[in-house]
Amino acid sequence: MKADPRNVLTGANYLDGNHASAEGAIAAGCKFFAGYPITPSTEIAERFARRIPLLGGVFIQMEDELASMNAILGASWGGLKSMTCTSGPGFSLMMENFGLGIMLETPTVLVNVQRGGPSTGLPTLPGQADMMQARWGSHGDYEVIALAPDSPQESFELTIHAFNLSEKYRMPVLVMTDECVGHMTEKVIIPPAEEIELVERKYTDKKPGEAWPYESTNGDIAPMLPVGKGYKFHVTGLTHDYRGYPVINAEAQKLKVKHLVDKINKNVDDIIWIEEKDTDDAEIVMLSYGISSRVMQPAIARARKEGIKVGQIKMVTVWPFAEKRIAELAGKVKSLIMVEMNYGQVFLEMDRIARGRCKTYLAGHAGGTVHKPEDIYQIIKEAAK
Amino acid sequence: MSAKQVKDTAQEIKEHPMEGLLRMDRMPHIWCSTCGLGTTVTALATAINQLGLDTNKMAVVSGIGCTGRVAGYLKLDSFHTTHGRALPFALGLHISRPDMKVIVFSGDGDLISIGGNHFIHTARRNVDITVICVNNFIYAMTGGQVAPTTPVTAKSSTTPYGCYEHPFNLPRLAASSGATYVARWTALHIRRMTNSFKEAIAKPGFSFVEVIAPCSTLYARLNRLGTGLDLMKFYHDNSVIKHGIEPKDADIDFQSKIVVGKFIDIEKPTYIECLNDANKHVFGDKYKPYGGSDGSY
Repeated sequence: MKADPRNVLTGANYLDGNHASAEGAIAAGCKFFAGYPITPSTEIAERFARRIPLLGGVFIQMEDELASMNAILGASWGGLKSMTCTSGPGFSLMMENFGLGIMLETPTVLVNVQRGGPSTGLPTLPGQADMMQARWGSHGDYEVIALAPDSPQESFELTIHAFNLSEKYRMPVLVMTDECVGHMTEKVIIPPAEEIELVERKYTDKKPGEAWPYESTNGDIAPMLPVGKGYKFHVTGLTHDYRGYPVINAEAQKLKVKHLVDKINKNVDDIIWIEEKDTDDAEIVMLSYGISSRVMQPAIARARKEGIKVGQIKMVTVWPFAEKRIAELAGKVKSLIMVEMNYGQVFLEMDRIARGRCKTYLAGHAGGTVHKPEDIYQIIKEAAK
Repeated sequence: MSAKQVKDTAQEIKEHPMEGLLRMDRMPHIWCSTCGLGTTVTALATAINQLGLDTNKMAVVSGIGCTGRVAGYLKLDSFHTTHGRALPFALGLHISRPDMKVIVFSGDGDLISIGGNHFIHTARRNVDITVICVNNFIYAMTGGQVAPTTPVTAKSSTTPYGCYEHPFNLPRLAASSGATYVARWTALHIRRMTNSFKEAIAKPGFSFVEVIAPCSTLYARLNRLGTGLDLMKFYHDNSVIKHGIEPKDADIDFQSKIVVGKFIDIEKPTYIECLNDANKHVFGDKYKPYGGSDGSY
């Protein structure tokens, strides 16, 4: 399915990451946005609120982030593409019902424009310290998809991609941007609508009375049931069977949780998106995501000029983690370096996968501003020893 | 009665009278005998039948707790969500499908304690949702803890020496938050409760019906109030019907008189009417009234 031209601002635009993200959502056909103001994410909500009345959708400012997350789930079941955005404390509040979205297998999109934490932290300054919260923030066992744009252009593109993945895998998808990308204004090329491919929701082709909401296990994606069409289906946040009926025992738990985990793990090759550069003969590979993948460029250029063989990987999808490729590299290179704006979150995953086969380094940062190229350069020098 | 007669009678009753609206494959339900929930669900099913509504176009949303289980037993599109969050979920569902009737079934703790903020704001917006609150004065599913409705001096497992906090008066809270329809009955008032459900469902806007219901397993036992039947007798002897009374005069004290009736029934534009009016005013003919999803996606 192609995007609807009425929703697409085709051409060269000059947008910050937040506005670009809102345009991505609109281009993807999002018609319902429930949000709560929080710096530095609010511009996404504001732009959506300004644009949507003439495009046949609704923006609603909810009483809090708990309500926002629930409202977008309700709207998604009602048949509208839906989203919310937030940051820091709001992300914590959304975690409860992000879990409901996972459990009910509900397509929707949540953009987190990361700021410094913990708690109120640095409302107006960047961080990348919600990455493990994105992975594990709601209680229970499940897998997630989290994308990390590094620019306004990618904010536009990855928001569309997030909607597509959410429909394909029938789950909430996270866009983990940050204050830098959110408030950085750059040229954003928006293609013609016919060049924007959208994934259409799959509804059951069975008749009412014959269809159930969770008719698949082991990671296969069951089509959804539409409301208002006589299916009279039931869904619950309790552990449930294929009928959506609660079943409180270990066997049902195994089936359900294994399904939630399998639907990502079986499809990692389709979901994972990483961009490699100079990794073929690299002795050191730098890993990063979001704004940090741009910030590390001067340090890499300087090291390469000095003859240090540095390659790099930008992780467009941070979760699921590119385990297979990183494991392969760990067996070949001298060092892996993770550049991220926290004191070691995604680094832990890289280090685990390296399993001691190469040296691992963290170019960490507490947030508030981006890394200094000099600091990253010093770590490359250390890793090259 | 002869054996043959018994057999004939058994053959005559082929299905439960509410079968069309209940998930018979989920029976028996988990509720205790003499719980007020069964009566309340039956009254709602009766109301839906009497209104002759297209049940394909109805949905029920509930949160957590004994009342939260209602969504699992009603044969409608039904959503059993998280604790306190039924209303915002229902709001999203309603806005995406304004052609459907969305009913929220919720307990007092779910709706007013953890969900209190959602309650006042959904009422303030006058979202076209019907809310039925089964108030048993206690957290029953978790074993009888104090609730924001527990009357002063009533015992619960977390107020073992008696509750000393001021409780909420739910009709007053609903009315002052903006509800267009507010009524209260007890689980004994089956006919009046059913009528109120009919009026509430037909009412455009945020309609609210509180049903005072017995919890013989916990509330009655902890407070030595006898059996479920004793509580029904208590409602019979102590309910006072006062239609149109100021909701502030409908406070409930421990084993006090219970004021019941229809307190509020007013006209006010709904959330979607306000949205469309405002946008039409600003954009004129360029604005196409929002009608939601037609379900085809």
